Amino acid sequence: MSLYLSCDSLARAVGADAVASALASQDLQRTSSRGLYWLEPLLEVDTAQGRIGFGPLTTADVPSVLDALQGDPSSHPLALGLVEELPYLKSQQRLLFARAGITQPLSLDDYRAHGGFEGLTRAVTIGGDETATAVFDSGLRGRGGAAFPAGIKWRTVRATEAAQKYIVCNADEGDSGTFADRMLMEGDPFLLIEGMAIAGITVGASYGYIYVRSEYPQAIATLNEALAIARTNGYLGANVGGSGLAFDMEVRVGAGAYICGEETALLDSLEGKRGIVRAKPPIPALKGLFGQPTLVHNVLTLASVPLILAKGAQFYRDYGMGRSLGTMPFQLAGNIRHGGLVERAFGLTLRELVEDYGGGTASGRPLKAAQVGGPLGAWVPPSQFDTPLDYEAFAGIGAMLGHGGVVVADDTLDMAHMARFAMQFCAEESCGKCTPCRIGSTRGVEVIDRLLAAPDQNGRDEQVILLKDLCDTLQYGSLCALGGMVSFPVASALKYFPADFGLQSSEADQ
Amino acid sequence: MPDEMLQLPMVNSVLERHKGSAGALLPILHEIQAGIGYIPDAAIPEIAHALNQSQAEIRGVISFYHDFRTAPPARHILRLCRAESCKSRGAEHLAAQLRDRLQLDDHGSSADGSISLRPVYCLGACACSPALELDGEVHARLSAERLDALLDACREDV
Repeated sequence: MSLYLSCDSLARAVGADAVASALASQDLQRTSSRGLYWLEPLLEVDTAQGRIGFGPLTTADVPSVLDALQGDPSSHPLALGLVEELPYLKSQQRLLFARAGITQPLSLDDYRAHGGFEGLTRAVTIGGDETATAVFDSGLRGRGGAAFPAGIKWRTVRATEAAQKYIVCNADEGDSGTFADRMLMEGDPFLLIEGMAIAGITVGASYGYIYVRSEYPQAIATLNEALAIARTNGYLGANVGGSGLAFDMEVRVGAGAYICGEETALLDSLEGKRGIVRAKPPIPALKGLFGQPTLVHNVLTLASVPLILAKGAQFYRDYGMGRSLGTMPFQLAGNIRHGGLVERAFGLTLRELVEDYGGGTASGRPLKAAQVGGPLGAWVPPSQFDTPLDYEAFAGIGAMLGHGGVVVADDTLDMAHMARFAMQFCAEESCGKCTPCRIGSTRGVEVIDRLLAAPDQNGRDEQVILLKDLCDTLQYGSLCALGGMVSFPVASALKYFPADFGLQSSEADQ
Repeated sequence: MPDEMLQLPMVNSVLERHKGSAGALLPILHEIQAGIGYIPDAAIPEIAHALNQSQAEIRGVISFYHDFRTAPPARHILRLCRAESCKSRGAEHLAAQLRDRLQLDDHGSSADGSISLRPVYCLGACACSPALELDGEVHARLSAERLDALLDACREDV
């Protein structure tokens, strides 16, 4: 009887290793995580009908689970039945995370048995022109937050002549509430490697870098091991997948600077410099790393490519709505009962995500707001929860999807504190190149402090006007998204939760 | 500090290994810090020389990134996540508990060198907030009781 338990770092952070030790004498495989994190540590067991699950487990539960497996497994209080029949999972559309929770991260056999390297094989067969066209036709947009059409970048880099071009994977996933990149790198590293290899041979880049934040040590270790395995098996090196083309890559580790998630700051960091944002143009596709044409993409963008090649652009486009095509791995975090990964086609509503999947707040208290898209995303009040999760629809309500992270808050979270924190975070992480962000973020903290301390309505009015003006300056005057978007969490908190700032709603509306 | 000179062979072997590798300053700094525990002052002229850069450039990079230290760390490093997801699950209460119990501010080190506190902004454990990292290991679904137990374990290990 085979048993499966995740080796994902978050499963381990809630006790999976201790459960594994307690199961020592069993035939146990450590797989990636399903992303059903509220059930971790989640033990799965092979049966004739499929894998059944038990969770969340502690070591104390192990003997009784093993007993139940000898008799009627469903009698155990933590029995979940067939894992793939759990509504949370069954209703998802897992394309990117198709192998999540099923395969062992570093098993090339597992990867190949579940469709691995079919995309690369196809890309080698059809050649660079058709591969770039497939990416273009799929409608894939950058998953890091900016949602720029991937195919345009591919065509630009491919068409630019240079002695050396690069593929750079932005794995500096610093946004609170997001963990899909981490899950993918820890759980399915060959998928990212395959995507980068396809990108390399298609655009004519012979070298690549994965820039991973230092807060993800397990992702770094897993990727390094996976790179060595891929190299030994001919998926990297002088003749990638039999294409006759060379591509290799390495993992580079960040050093705790949030700004290095911005693509040009990331490039400077890769060059061994301070992570300072560059002015654009020139765009990285023309002059990127070391001044050479560089294809920079987020982990999820590159990892989407093998599937697009294997199944075809049309297959991918059939998911989603409007100009947001394909699937998005949404990440449910914060004060949420069922935190985890929900991969669905674009277009479901925020309410479905937070209420149906998430099950409301973990505290059981009333839901106050959800911050969508990381620390630079807007706080969305429940009255807007019927907005479909689609890039344009979110832009339409003054919010953004970003990298798909959703942080849920109950009524105890003080939005004035969160607005102040957004400014403080921006001040701490600003690279300092442009004045609005460098100075404005510090002034923002001060204005919010004065607003909260103001003794009367006149004093408050004055500070609200200043704060709104400052948000405007930051939004339109900053060089990159850090300063440019810090106004979203601040302005949305002020607009929807004026009482937290000591304001009547009419005051905030001025 | 004269004993910093004893670390130079290690520094030079790291520099030798990265010779010819483009843009290798961050990997070099990471390796030195992993080997010695921090970036000693004596290493800076060596790095600058090997990379044909000024010492000011090297110091500028070290000070830009939160991860790099220029002094030996405490025996235990505790990084409590203070980002939005953990805040929404009570991270500020845990931060107050830490300050109170250790009598340190958010960036402080205890006088006996046993523990250093540092905030961190996201450990990717947001589905099970709040979370912290203690000596490189992540602990999620924290409660006040579990935080106390982790601190007790640090205290016993002297």
